[in-house]
Amino acid sequence: MYRYDEFDEAFVRERVAQFSDQVARRLAGDLDEEQFKPLRLQNGVYLQLHAYMLRIAVPYGTLSSRQMRKLAFIARNYDKGYGHFTTRQNLQFNWPALKDVPEILGHLADVEMHAIQTSGNCIRNVTADHFAGVAADEVADPRPYAEILRQWSTIHPEFLFLPRKFKIAVTGADADRAAVRFHDIGLQVKRNEAGELGFAVWIGGGMGRTPMVGYQIRDFLPEADLLAYSEAIVRIYNLYGRRDNKYKARLKILIHEGGAETIAAEIEQEFNEIRYGVLRLPDDEIRRIETYFAAPDYPTRASESVPFKRARLADPAFDRWVGNNVSPHRAPGHAIVTVSLKPIGGVPGNATADQMDAVADIAERFSADEIRVSHEQNLVLPHVALEDVKAVYDALAAAGLATGNAGLVTDIIACPGLDYCALATARSIPVAERISERFGNPERQQEIGPLKIKISGCINACGHHHAGHIGILGLDRKGEEFYQITLGGSGDETASIGEIVGRGFSTDEVVDAVQQIVDTYIVHRESSEESFLAAYRRLGPAPFKEALYGTA
Amino acid sequence: MDIITANRLSDGAVVFLTASGWSTRIAEAQALEGKESVAAALARAAADAEASIIVEPYPVDVERRAQGLTPTKLRERIRAQGPTVGHSKDLHLQVQAA
Ligand code: SF4
Repeated sequence: MYRYDEFDEAFVRERVAQFSDQVARRLAGDLDEEQFKPLRLQNGVYLQLHAYMLRIAVPYGTLSSRQMRKLAFIARNYDKGYGHFTTRQNLQFNWPALKDVPEILGHLADVEMHAIQTSGNCIRNVTADHFAGVAADEVADPRPYAEILRQWSTIHPEFLFLPRKFKIAVTGADADRAAVRFHDIGLQVKRNEAGELGFAVWIGGGMGRTPMVGYQIRDFLPEADLLAYSEAIVRIYNLYGRRDNKYKARLKILIHEGGAETIAAEIEQEFNEIRYGVLRLPDDEIRRIETYFAAPDYPTRASESVPFKRARLADPAFDRWVGNNVSPHRAPGHAIVTVSLKPIGGVPGNATADQMDAVADIAERFSADEIRVSHEQNLVLPHVALEDVKAVYDALAAAGLATGNAGLVTDIIACPGLDYCALATARSIPVAERISERFGNPERQQEIGPLKIKISGCINACGHHHAGHIGILGLDRKGEEFYQITLGGSGDETASIGEIVGRGFSTDEVVDAVQQIVDTYIVHRESSEESFLAAYRRLGPAPFKEALYGTA
Repeated sequence: MDIITANRLSDGAVVFLTASGWSTRIAEAQALEGKESVAAALARAAADAEASIIVEPYPVDVERRAQGLTPTKLRERIRAQGPTVGHSKDLHLQVQAA
């Protein structure tokens, strides 16, 4: 797994000491809020509706058991006993006291964690496919590249004050589980015809008030050019990106206003000038960083397990859970387990301190000490032997974590919304909870099949509603919450932005509206093999409009 | 009718301006009628912001309802009463009752 090098260790400790001093000066009144606010944001501390919020980076979503236990410790001792996993593969604590934050950051530094690059107009923490390194369909592990990008972007002197935040995601498979087409830079590791490694590159994707699917600028970028090319992209953005209007400051707007081909030509020109400079990646360096991510030594196992099969036959709930939450692993006899943080009727993405400890224990025993955080607000155990899957399930069930709904209608993404977020226009969590309850019946969910519902509490779209098969955006209409529904969005390799189906719905109406949409799909689908998204793409919005509003 | 709210600097807690200082309970907030009393209260709040006791003070429109002073806007009701859902809801109510 990723190792902290000495530079990082010293740098993080120094930042903790510096911030402790800044907090002390703020509390003593030697710094005023105007001076202090940018400093706290640089350290991941926001002021939300009820309290401060601390956002902790989980680089490319990879955690060790030791790190997870530390998060549990912090949740218990400095927060209200839980944490919230976000769509950026981060963890947010909703209730830390400012005076405690330096101490919390000290605890995090003890396990090589921090809150740097989780806010502000810099290159944010790089995200990656949560199945990285183990997925059966993967060309190569994307995390070494994510790590190279992390090292390059951490306090990059030229890029600390970009026009706006900048997000990079990397995946290593054709099936896009990292939504790379919705990032400022999206990378897909691939091989060319000669068998060499490189990347397909998308730029200028994003959600927010102006959602855009990224523009594919390269079909194949050689591996060695990763940093020079990224530098060229960020430079052109830094040079031309708008600073006069924060709603028009992201790369997507530059590309939209400047024209994709013009901007691409500028990037290529900049790239050609720096291509053979210091940023060229030496092969041995890439291979060295790959060793940080070396997979555990999997014992040789048969590709099938008789006890596993028997357990599936004996226990229908386990069988259903396996069907939804267990994914194919590249090593024979192994599996990837998704730990759903979406209990029926619960808060998407929340885990209590006890649950974090339980997952840490299970990972230590059964998953080579490793845990992943997915952008779908679930956890992943990446290295489970098929034979152990039942024991993992039982242990998860004991911790209230065995909900078998990964990828189904109740596996809802929701941002914190108006229950916590200072920017929100409406609540998202209660809507998620009510939809989850409405569709909670396991047979019903199974019948509906794969369906992604994503909910945001304002136009900033942290809940990725634009990429939801059913997207829900909470707005404020004359002091009342109301919800706009979009259909047909997708964050995968067939990325698309959902289309507004019609006028919005009140809090009381919105769950019924979702049910009508689902019922309409069931009636119109060609067979149970045709997913909601496929059916919507075939049918278009008309039958859904008719069901909702009585007009075609 | 207005009250003044802010967040406490040291821990971020939602607080309300009372006759003599700040309280985490909206019931103890000083109800303000008329522009002048709001302006005077905001001036007191600004002094406390300057003194690093609270941050970001602002007035909130409230009504007197059966359950006491109640903000007219949902956002401010949630700020006053805590999250309407989730793990912190029950804890928040316990803290408020303590
Ligand atoms: S989408 Fe809006 S309400 Fe939700 S977390 Fe983001 S800023 Fe807050």
